[in-house]
Amino acid sequence: MSIEEKQNFPTYQDSDFIEYPQDEQAVSQFIKKFYKSNIPVELIGAGSKRKIGRPLQCAKTLNLSKIKGIIEYLPEELYIKVKACTPIEQIEEELKKNKQQLAFEPIDFGYLFNGKKDYGTAAGQVSCNISGPRRFKAGSIRDHVLGFRGVNGKGEIIKSGGNVVKNVTGYDLSKLICGSYGTLVALTEITFKVLPASAESSTLILHNQKIESANYLLGQAISSSNDISGASFFPSEIKAAGYKIDIEKTFKLNDLKHKGSLTAIRIEGSKNSINERIKNLINELKITNINISILDTYQSEIFWNKVKNLEFFIPSNNSIFRIVIPPSKCTQLIYQLSEKFKYSIDWGGALIWMEAFELSEEMFESIRKKVVKIGGYLTMIKNSEYLPFVEDVFTINSDRFNISQNIKKSFDPKRILNPGKMYTGI
Amino acid sequence: MTKLAMPKIDRKLISKKKDIVIDLEKILKRENILDHEDQTRPFETDGLSAYKQKPLVVVFPENTKEVSKVLAYCNQKRIKVVPRGAGTGLSGGALPLADSLLLCLGKFNKIIDIDFKNRCVVAQPGVTNLSITNAVQDKDFYYAPDPSSQIACSIGGNVAENSGGVHSLKYGTTTNNLLGVEVVFMDGTISRLGGKTFDSEGYDLLGLITGSEGLLCVITEVTVKILKKPQTVKAALIGFSTIEDGGRCVSDIIANGIIPSGMEMMDKALIHATDNFVKAGYPRDAEAMLIVELDGTEKEVEELIDRVDKIAKKNKSSSIKISKNEKQRLKFWAGRKAAFPACGDMAPDYYCMDGTIPRGKLAEVLKEIGRLSKKYNLPVANAFHAGDGNLHPLIMYDANEKNSLEKTEKFGAEILKYCVKIGGVLTGEHGVGVEKRELMCEMFNNNDIQQQIKIKRALDSSSLLNPGKVYPILRKCAEEGRVHVHRGKTKFSDIPRF
Repeated sequence: MSIEEKQNFPTYQDSDFIEYPQDEQAVSQFIKKFYKSNIPVELIGAGSKRKIGRPLQCAKTLNLSKIKGIIEYLPEELYIKVKACTPIEQIEEELKKNKQQLAFEPIDFGYLFNGKKDYGTAAGQVSCNISGPRRFKAGSIRDHVLGFRGVNGKGEIIKSGGNVVKNVTGYDLSKLICGSYGTLVALTEITFKVLPASAESSTLILHNQKIESANYLLGQAISSSNDISGASFFPSEIKAAGYKIDIEKTFKLNDLKHKGSLTAIRIEGSKNSINERIKNLINELKITNINISILDTYQSEIFWNKVKNLEFFIPSNNSIFRIVIPPSKCTQLIYQLSEKFKYSIDWGGALIWMEAFELSEEMFESIRKKVVKIGGYLTMIKNSEYLPFVEDVFTINSDRFNISQNIKKSFDPKRILNPGKMYTGI
Repeated sequence: MTKLAMPKIDRKLISKKKDIVIDLEKILKRENILDHEDQTRPFETDGLSAYKQKPLVVVFPENTKEVSKVLAYCNQKRIKVVPRGAGTGLSGGALPLADSLLLCLGKFNKIIDIDFKNRCVVAQPGVTNLSITNAVQDKDFYYAPDPSSQIACSIGGNVAENSGGVHSLKYGTTTNNLLGVEVVFMDGTISRLGGKTFDSEGYDLLGLITGSEGLLCVITEVTVKILKKPQTVKAALIGFSTIEDGGRCVSDIIANGIIPSGMEMMDKALIHATDNFVKAGYPRDAEAMLIVELDGTEKEVEELIDRVDKIAKKNKSSSIKISKNEKQRLKFWAGRKAAFPACGDMAPDYYCMDGTIPRGKLAEVLKEIGRLSKKYNLPVANAFHAGDGNLHPLIMYDANEKNSLEKTEKFGAEILKYCVKIGGVLTGEHGVGVEKRELMCEMFNNNDIQQQIKIKRALDSSSLLNPGKVYPILRKCAEEGRVHVHRGKTKFSDIPRF
């Protein structure tokens, strides 16, 4: 089998031989060797998000999980520099000691894939660039990577960026690495921007809203000057007979007093400021006549952890996809789709998480078409058993494909790093 | 004017100027082509006026299709192209080449869509930064990045340079506030990157082209995020009797979990110059002064001001003044915003530097700048985006004195090298351009620079778009010997000339 055939053949495998480099130099040596002998290699950290992207089977696997540890954390400089496969949990614990956080809210995909915690590594988060509920306010992962070191497809160690926020020295390769699914470099070191964690958090829950009014209210809340940091909607109805949504079971909290759909608005800051802003919001949104609950810091944190980790979507064999759209198109899109699905809305209507039942490839493509038409994109996050192999997990047009192919070649001329993980030929 | 090595001039191409103009007339309206020397002279320089070079031809395309056709034509004929927005850049990014076509986006001056529902504005690249805020402020929205040239600089230029401003500490720079662009690549391909959505799938090409200084593509449309204005904004003016105390106060505010919307520092020289200029009521006896701006709800701002006040006192502040109303707050800022013109009182010319350092090293860097100021016998005033570590030393000189610019540049280069040495970077918001090109090897090694050059080639295979900027021209480095020659050896002898 030729190298090209191997790269494009989904089930090809030379052996199950996995390498565990101990440091950056070793990563570089391995990749140099693979480059010389034209050996495609799969890069993995903890493997918690390995199922996202196109199925991949390479001759070799480079397990980078030993490249871990915090290199430097300077709270007053607002950055933490870590070896690439440092567990996210370890980073978050360290930051907590100084009341700081990764403001993009890393998602724990373990619940979705295995029904339990499995946070994965810093490099995994960066490679996927899928951010949590605070994204619309705080930016996504790509906005929080200040610099990196890594090994390109020729085995050369390269770096970009630095430890400071304001930096325009050379191309911003950190952005390019975020969301590249290990197809450009094997990451060895990442510097994250960190931010103070808010002292308190509170969540205003509006009960029993229909999608139109929920999206309208969330939009109004984001467009206000109340600096909200979460804007989600969980519907109570479902567009599939025989399936139930059990909101009460997912969000079992003392102060959630009413049944039905949930429209949630998060406010973070000091206690006085939160109270002031909740009062403002209730006035500005004119919601004095609807049922509301207010969650305190403790419950609010539990609530948003569940939102962030997609616990609303109980592990199943169904397909899960992520739809990012202009927020004003959200309601219209949900009404347009006739497929059987369950969904939640985040980022005030700019993000839809969707679980589809009994989906065919044609139906999937038809949803994608509708999403692209309104200026959005759709990513298959989890493939169902009904769709064992969807060719295009990601959305791309031919222009961008050509550019992306050239970019890929500039990092990895022989296409040996995670070949085909994102697109055939990249 | 100091000598600056640029890519080899294609004399043959210059001799074909007439034919080129005839070809361009088939693409553009005649009045949008400037080819007489008198017409091209106004475009011979940008905000870094120390360097001048008239381009072969200046063109003003009116729409994306024309840009695409011009680029495709130039690509085919191997004509170099230098894109230019408003020409306010401070690093010489829009400096023309003698054998280049200067592509001006001045006619792209319309706001296309104001979309409050999706909280964004779609604008053509020649629209000024401030016009975007002006277009949405009736509904109390604004565009956050605010470079000090915002009245004149174009949004397309902001994207090309990833411009910052005084509020980037809390609200980010251009890259964090940009949703989408329409661009044209050197081969004429028109492409949309991003849109009205957050992030994009696949490689973040939007992130890559932001801050690429016109080397990768020409921007023909920009979509930016707009934000609602905060309810309350207050500023504190804090004086310190030593720079060290001021520096510590900055670190302490951040370490206490406060992210002000702006935190600016000025040294004594600049306090006096700006206070003379606008009578802002600055503490004239202080060695260093901070402007700390806080925004949010009324109670929140009150709380924060209170906390900042305590932190300042703990760090031995000599005076604290809190803005009582909007007029006074703007007065506080008026001085800072006039920092550059105010320097006109101190010397006939000044040279503005732009490095970023870890906040904690502020006092150390200012001390070093003081030492260098004595060594070069050139006075210096310091403005500093203290919150995000972005330093702007303003070196005073007199261009009429022989070799004074050269001396100033050497001084500036030493400051930037020191910034890198202590863990900072060469440029925070002005870009590399031609100004800091030769210093790139201070920060990056051969592999790093090669990787960037390969990306350039991936999108512009013949290196025709804005050549001679950002990356060192090696032969020059060795000849000058000011950066790259170390113990007689050229550091990166294997980098091809670029």
